[in-house]
Amino acid sequence: MRLNPFRRRRFPGDVTHWPGLFTATIAFFAFVYLPILILIALSFNENRTVTVWTGFSLDWYRVAFANRDIVGAATNSLIIASVASVSATTLATLAALRMASKDRFMGKGAINAVFALPITVPEIVPAVATLMFFASLGFTLGLGTVIIGHIVFCIPFAYLPIRARLEGMDPKIGEAAADLYANPVRAFWRVTLPQLIPGILSGLVLAFIISLDDFVTTFFLGGAGSTTLPIYIFGLVRVGVTPEVNAISSLMLLLSLSLVSLSLFLGRDQNRNTGPG
Amino acid sequence: MTRAGKTTLFRVLLIGPALLAITAFMIVPLGLMAYISFRGRDYSGGVLWDQFSVEAYIRLFFERQLDDTLALNFNYMLIILRSVWLSFVTMVVSLLVGLPVAMFMATRDRKWKAVLVFMVTLPFWTNLLVRNYAWILLLRDHGTINSLLLWLGVISEPLPLLHNEFAVAVGLTYSFLPFMVLPIYSSLEKIDLRLVEASFDLYATRWQTIRRVILPLAFPGIVAGCVLVFVPALGAYITPELLGGGKTLMIGNLIGFQFGGARNWPFGAALGLFLLVLVLGSLSLYARRYRGELEGSR
Repeated sequence: MRLNPFRRRRFPGDVTHWPGLFTATIAFFAFVYLPILILIALSFNENRTVTVWTGFSLDWYRVAFANRDIVGAATNSLIIASVASVSATTLATLAALRMASKDRFMGKGAINAVFALPITVPEIVPAVATLMFFASLGFTLGLGTVIIGHIVFCIPFAYLPIRARLEGMDPKIGEAAADLYANPVRAFWRVTLPQLIPGILSGLVLAFIISLDDFVTTFFLGGAGSTTLPIYIFGLVRVGVTPEVNAISSLMLLLSLSLVSLSLFLGRDQNRNTGPG
Repeated sequence: MTRAGKTTLFRVLLIGPALLAITAFMIVPLGLMAYISFRGRDYSGGVLWDQFSVEAYIRLFFERQLDDTLALNFNYMLIILRSVWLSFVTMVVSLLVGLPVAMFMATRDRKWKAVLVFMVTLPFWTNLLVRNYAWILLLRDHGTINSLLLWLGVISEPLPLLHNEFAVAVGLTYSFLPFMVLPIYSSLEKIDLRLVEASFDLYATRWQTIRRVILPLAFPGIVAGCVLVFVPALGAYITPELLGGGKTLMIGNLIGFQFGGARNWPFGAALGLFLLVLVLGSLSLYARRYRGELEGSR
C-alpha cells in the first residue's frame, strides 16, 4: 500500500510521499528492465527481421540448439566457469578463514587491497597484461590460459561474501565449543564450517556467474578451441543482428538471473542467522 | 616449533595460495606491462626486449614523419578525452537518475527496501555483453525505438541513434547505473527522517531541505557512487565496441586494438599503464579522503 502514488499527500515534511520520487523510480526500473524484456520477447518472434513482431515461435531456440558451434561454446563456458569458480572459491575460503580474524598483523591491509585488485582495475588492463605475460613465457593461448585468468578475477567475488559471513559469525559460539572441550580442529569442522557453508555456496555461485558472463578476459586470453558463449555471441553481433543471437542471449540472461536469485537466497539465509537480536 | 612460528605457518598456508595466484597472474603481468611500455617495438608484433625506448609515450602526442621529425597528433588524445568526457556524462546522468530512486528506496519500509535492493542489484549479475546487445535492438535504424516513433508519426525517417557517442553514453549509463543507486541508498538509509521533518518545522522549503539537509547527509554515498560509475566507465570495452560502431573508440578499445590489428605491444602497454595509473590514482585519492566510509561498510 505504501507504494500507492495516489494516496493523499500528507504534510510536506513526510519525505516518503514526496512527489516525483515514485515516478522517477518507475521510470528507472522501466529503463533497467525494458531492454532485457524486449530482447527476450523478440527471441520468440517468428519473423527474421528481428525487430518487428509477427507471431510467437520457438524456432530460434531450435536453430540455436541444433547449431554445433553454439553447443560447443556452451560446453566451454560451463567447463571454464566450473573449474574457475571452484578453484577461486577454494582459494578464497582458505584466505578468508585467516583474514576474517580480528587480530592485526603486518601487511593485512595490503593483502586485502590485493584481494580486491581484480575488481578495482578495468578488466581490459589485466587482460592485455596477462596476454603479454603468457605470450612472453611461450604459453599457448587456449582453455588453460582462460581458466587461469578467470580464477584470478573470480577470487574477490568469492572472497568478499565469505569473509563478510565469517566476520558476522558470533564468536561466542566458537568459545562455547571450546568450553565443551572441542579442540580447534574439531570446532572448525563441527561448528565453524557448517555455519560457513551458505556463505561459501553464495560466493561459489557468484564466481560461477561472473566467469560464465565474462567477455574481455576470455577474448584476450583465449585461442583456438576456447570459444565461449559470450565470445560466440560477440562474433555474431559484429556481423549483424540475427534471431539466433536473441535466443542464446535470452537463455544466458535467464541462466544468470536464476543463478543470482539462488545465490541471494543463500545469502538471505545468512542474514537471518547473523542479524542482531 | 614455537607457538608464534606455528601461527605464521598457518597464516602462510591459508592466505598464501590466493595471494600467490593474484600476484603471479595479475601483479607480475602488470609489472611486465609497465616494463614493456619502455621497450622498443618489434614490427612483427613482439617486443625488442634489449632496447630501452620511450617511443610508446611519444606516440601518445606525436606522429613520427617519414623524415623522422615529430608532428603533433591529436588522434589518441582525442580518444582519451572522449573516454573521460563520456564517463563524466555517464556519471552525471547516473547521479541525476539515481538520486531520486535512492531517496525513494530509502524511505520505504523494511520489506520493500529488500525487494527494491534486489531489483536494482539483479541486472548487474546478468551478462554485460547481452545487456549492451539489447540496446542495439532498441537503437537500430529499424529498431524498437525508431519503429515506435515512425508508427506514432513523430518522425518520418529513422533517427541515427546507434553508432555514435549518444549510444555509447546510453550503454554506459545502462551498464553502471546500479553502482550509483546502491551507495547513495545506503548512506540515505542511515538518515534520521526526523531531521527532514525538523527542517520543515523550521520553515525550510522542499528545495532548501534537499540542498541543506539531505544532500550533505548523502554526500559520502554520492561520492562513492560517482567513483564506482566513473572508474568502470573509463575502462569500458564492450559498450563502445558494440554501440560505438568502430568510430566512437574509448581508451579500452584503443588498448585492445594494439593487441589485435595494430600489433604494437609497447604502445598498448603504455596506454594500459596510463589507464591503470588514472584509475588507481583517483581511487586512492577517494580512499584517502573517505577512508571511514570504505571501512565503515563492515
